[in-house]
Parts: sequence; C-alpha cells; structure tokens
Amino acid sequence: MLNRSDVTYIYDGTFNGLLTCIFESFEKHETPFNIAPADSPVGFLISPKEIKTDEIKALRVVKGIISHMGGRGMEMVEDGYYTCLPDKELVILDFVKMGMRLGECVCDMLAVPIVSTLQKAITHFHREKHLLTGFIRFSEHNGVLVSKIDPKNRVLPKMAQHFCDRYRNETFFIYDATHKEGLLYNNSKAYIIPIDDYIQPDADESELQARDLWKLFYDTIAIKERYNPVCRMSHLPMRYRHNMTEFTHIQGNKMLS
Amino acid sequence: MELKKKLSILSDAAKYDAACTSSGVSRSGKKWNIGSSAACGICHSFSADGRCISLLKVLMSNVCAYDCAYCVNRRSNDTPRATFAPRELADLTMAFYRRNYIEGLFLSSAVVGTPDDTCVLMLKTLEILRNEYRFGGYIHTKAIPGADKSLLARLGMLSDRMSVNIELPSQESLKLLAPEKSKSGILKPMGAIKEMIDENRHDLVVYRHTPSFVPGGQSTQMIVGATPETDLKILRLASGLYNKYRLKRVFYSAYVPVVEASNLPALDVKPPLLREHRLYQADWLLRFYGFSADELLDEKHQNFNPLIDPKCDWALHHMDQFPVEINKAPYETLLRVPGIGVTGARKIIAARRTSRLDEISLRRIGISLKRAQYFILCNGRSPVNEFIPSDSIIKSLLSQKSVTEIESRQFEQLSLFDTTQEDLQKCLTGQM
Repeated sequence: MLNRSDVTYIYDGTFNGLLTCIFESFEKHETPFNIAPADSPVGFLISPKEIKTDEIKALRVVKGIISHMGGRGMEMVEDGYYTCLPDKELVILDFVKMGMRLGECVCDMLAVPIVSTLQKAITHFHREKHLLTGFIRFSEHNGVLVSKIDPKNRVLPKMAQHFCDRYRNETFFIYDATHKEGLLYNNSKAYIIPIDDYIQPDADESELQARDLWKLFYDTIAIKERYNPVCRMSHLPMRYRHNMTEFTHIQGNKMLS
Repeated sequence: MELKKKLSILSDAAKYDAACTSSGVSRSGKKWNIGSSAACGICHSFSADGRCISLLKVLMSNVCAYDCAYCVNRRSNDTPRATFAPRELADLTMAFYRRNYIEGLFLSSAVVGTPDDTCVLMLKTLEILRNEYRFGGYIHTKAIPGADKSLLARLGMLSDRMSVNIELPSQESLKLLAPEKSKSGILKPMGAIKEMIDENRHDLVVYRHTPSFVPGGQSTQMIVGATPETDLKILRLASGLYNKYRLKRVFYSAYVPVVEASNLPALDVKPPLLREHRLYQADWLLRFYGFSADELLDEKHQNFNPLIDPKCDWALHHMDQFPVEINKAPYETLLRVPGIGVTGARKIIAARRTSRLDEISLRRIGISLKRAQYFILCNGRSPVNEFIPSDSIIKSLLSQKSVTEIESRQFEQLSLFDTTQEDLQKCLTGQM
C-alpha cells in the first residue's frame, strides 16, 4: 500500500502478536515496511520497532474485524496467519485495511491482487491440512499413538480438532518437524507445545505386525495392469512419503521405522 | 491359515471393486469409542495404479458358489480360497484404523453357501465393530443379491453406504457372462435399499431418535469393455440409476482380462482405461454440470471421441451457444464453458459482484484460460489472439496425450472433424 514507512514491526510470532501489530498500524496511521517475527533477520537501514503483544488490543482488533468484515473475514485472517506465505503479516495487514474500508465483500474480491494472494495461500493451507488428515501414520508405543509430519504450512492447530474427535479415548502425539511443535492429546485435553527435537521410539512386535499387514495390503490392492505412477504422484507427492508406513516399511525388517 | 495369507488373498480378490470412497456422511466421534466420518471423504493413500485407498477393501470370503465368466472368484477358477473369521476382520480393521491407515471398512463377499449365510457372516463382523468396539468410522457394505430383505435391513442399519453391483450394462450381457445373475435379481435389492432409505428419511422427520439407515446412500459399479455396449447405452443406464434409484455414485471399471473364456476379450487385451476416463468425465457432467445423457451423445455418435473430453466435444458441436460473456452469463451457462468447473464458476460469480472481470483478473482468480478463452468474452472482447494458427487452437483444446497421439499418426493437419474444420475456425474467430 501507499506510503510505507521505514519501520519494521518485530512481534513475538503469535497470532495475538500479529493482531497487536495491526492495532499499532491503525493507531499510528503508519504502514510498516515489514512485520517480522522476533527470530527473523532484520534488514540494514530499517529501524526495528518491537511490538509487545497485548491481549486487550488484540481482542479489539478481533472485534473490529468481525464487525466490519464478518466471520468470513476473520476466518481468512486467522487461516492466513497459519499459512507459509512469505511476508504473510504484511499481506494480512493490507487485507484488513482494505476490509475495514470496504466491508465483508473483500473476501470475494478475488480479482484484487492482495486478496487473490491471500486466498491462494489459504487454499494451499487447507489442501495440505486435508491431505495430512489422511496421510498421517501413527505408530503405537505402549498404548500411545505417535506420529511425525513436516508440512509447509502450520497445520497442527487447525488439524487438532479432527484427530481429537476421532481418537477421543486415545492418547496421541503428533510432532511437526518444520515448526518444531507437537500436539499432545491425553485425557480429553489437547495441548500444543514447542519441542526442539523428537525421535520416534523403535517399534515393538505388534506394531511391526500391523505395519507388515498394511504394507501387504497396500501392495496387493494395486491392479498391475493399470500401473500409473504419474497419477499417484499427482495425488500423493513425494514429500509426504518419507513419513508414511507403506513407503518406508520393509516387510520383515525390524530396523526400519 | 495365517492372517497375512488371508489378507493377501482377500484383498487381492477385492481390488477390482472400484468404489473406495468414504464420502457422504458427516459424523462426530462423540457417541463412539473411536472413529468419526467426514462428509468430504478422506483419502489415506494412493496405490501404484493411482487409485485412492480410503477403506480397507476386502472380501469376507472368496469361496464362491457362482460361476460368472468375468470374475476371478468364479467357482471353476483355480485360485487360493480363504474366509475371514468375523472377529479377525474386526480386529484388523481396528488395528489399521487406530494408526490412521484407513477411513473404515469396505466389505464385500463372494457367495459362501447361500446369500443368507454370507450376509450373516458380514453382519457378525459389523456387529462386533459397531456394537462391541463402538467403532464410528465409515463402513461400506456390498449387498448380496438374493439375500433376505430383513438381513439387508440389518446390514444397512450398521453401514454408511451400501452397493449392489450392476456388473454388466445389459440383460443380454448378463445372460452371456453371468448366467446365475439376472437384471431383476440385481435391481431388486437396489430397489429394496432405496425404499428403506426413503422410509428411514420419513421416520427421521417424524421421530428424532430413529437410527439412520445407510446415511451415505447407495452406489453401484459396472464393467466397461467386456461386452459390446456403447457409451450412450451405459450413460443412459447410469443417468436412469441416478434419477430412478437416486444412487450417489455409479462407478465404471475398465475390464481387466483376468480369466480366459471364449465369450470374453482375450487375456492380452489392454483395459480400456481411456474409455473409462471419458465415462467418468461424462458422469461428472451428469451429476454436477446439469448435462443429460442425450445431450452428450446421440444415435449418430454413440461413443465418446477418444481425443477430446466430452464437455469440449459438446461445446464444439454447439458453437451457436458461444461465446458467453463472463460478466453476465448465469452460473448454469458458465458451467458449460470448457475449462471452467464448479469451483471456477462459483469464484467468477463471487468476484464479479464487486468488479467487472477482464482477462487478467480471470487469471488472477485462478481460471485456466487454455481452453476457456475460445468460448468466452470479457467485457465484450475475446481474450484470443486473432493471429494464432488453427493448429495451435486445436492443440490447446486437446490433452497433451491426444496431441502426441495425433501427431504420431502423421496427419497433415490436425483435425477433430472431417468436414467442419473451416466452420470451427469461423466460429472461433467470431465470423459465425
């Protein structure tokens, strides 16, 4: 947008932090050069301005967005925050500024570059989230189901609902290696916790047997006269496969996970 | 017999069933011990043939009493036989489901003894899953033709979707290849399921706590390419099934020669995959795009053009209805433009409420203009560059595969029709 000042907002990386940045921008009538989370490198000649996360300000922004842009607008802002779009913070800020002026109809203005960019990132986010609800593979270790993913978008917070509903009486743990966080569900309560590293324990006998059976089923169900690796590739891209049992497990081999 | 061996035999026997969807039912996990269901369906993996794996697709048993010529499990075929014990299968389903390998169970069966016996065996499995393990995942059951209606009803109460396979698209073909089956024998359970669904839907309105019967509706499958039916006949049959029996899905399965028989295609015949693909495209046009079977094909053209998709083919034969103005055309008309689908049409409708759309904004919305450009106007102007040669127009309407195929045949000029080449050009440049 017009008149970008040379300040860069530095926030703590949380959603409330981002909302506080939006509040700051509206309050000071300034459009920052960039909004960056605390750990990212800041450019030379740019004066950083640290924005302290303020729950009350964040709540006011939420109320403002909902009253001007409706639930749909709020949903786009929230989903946008979880995407892997470069400079998503600025895109969201511009989107909110537009929305405050024009109302809920911004959500449909797909012909406007900023909305189109945001919408495409959100679609990518939803698609990855949907694919992963199917592609996640749990291993059982002493009654606990554990799994590892490395998605491009931060899908874990939005995916939690699905798995908590499905495995409501189980204890499970999903580790997101890209964003270094884990979802832990135990006794009907879900927590998202930052974790630096996580190594899956070795599989026991019954786990290996289940993997063997699954691998067997996977290999048997394909019709060899219809072999079509290109089609499989477009539905199931390579980057998901190294976490999936049917591609990593070798029958009868106890070493591989 | 070892579980591994059984699974291998019974999933191998089930792989020719095309239906592996887990859609149509939205159920929260609240009332269940484990499991939920999402209306959109979830694919858990894709096998080497590119088909989705969503459900644990197995037969209860492949010990069959029938002798259908096209089937691997026919009585006279020399193949290993196995039968799951109900608890064994239920436990396997749970082990897979907990690890998020699958969305649920797809249970079909050969006819063990009598149809009723088979049903009882399947029923036992479902009862263990639903009532004992309180499993809330998706269950697709194949109705066994000839089984008692009350058994069918009980299976339906525990399943999310049921299906009866039509197998072959006509009575004559059935007589030829599956002498023990008849059209009426197949349509009878299908009709019964429809009646029970209707009844249940009525009850659900009147009584709040009626348990739901086959909430995901029913589907069917037919084999394409084993018998001489035309695409038109198959499509008419499908559209009749959608309208009359309110089926959710009709699956088409390209015939893979698995057994040698005098009245079947030879073993080295390749499955007609392209034809199957065209039928699926047409099926989508019937269900989501408002087309009818007779619009897509007629007595003169009884089969789909292998080189071009059915929608584009239809549009080229109806150039009088094009081009359409993207800023004014109603949703139904937009849907008929080649290259614009349901998502695209919806996006266009939403985006044009706030501003007029030109070519650039269409691209920004995410509409691919490769095909659509020849059939639309943006603000009264066609986005087509007038100077492009007609060869490349045709190329852009075809898939890459078709282009290579035509080129390999070394035509002098690319052509979709023998006579209407010039007409096509005139239409595209706006002279007609």
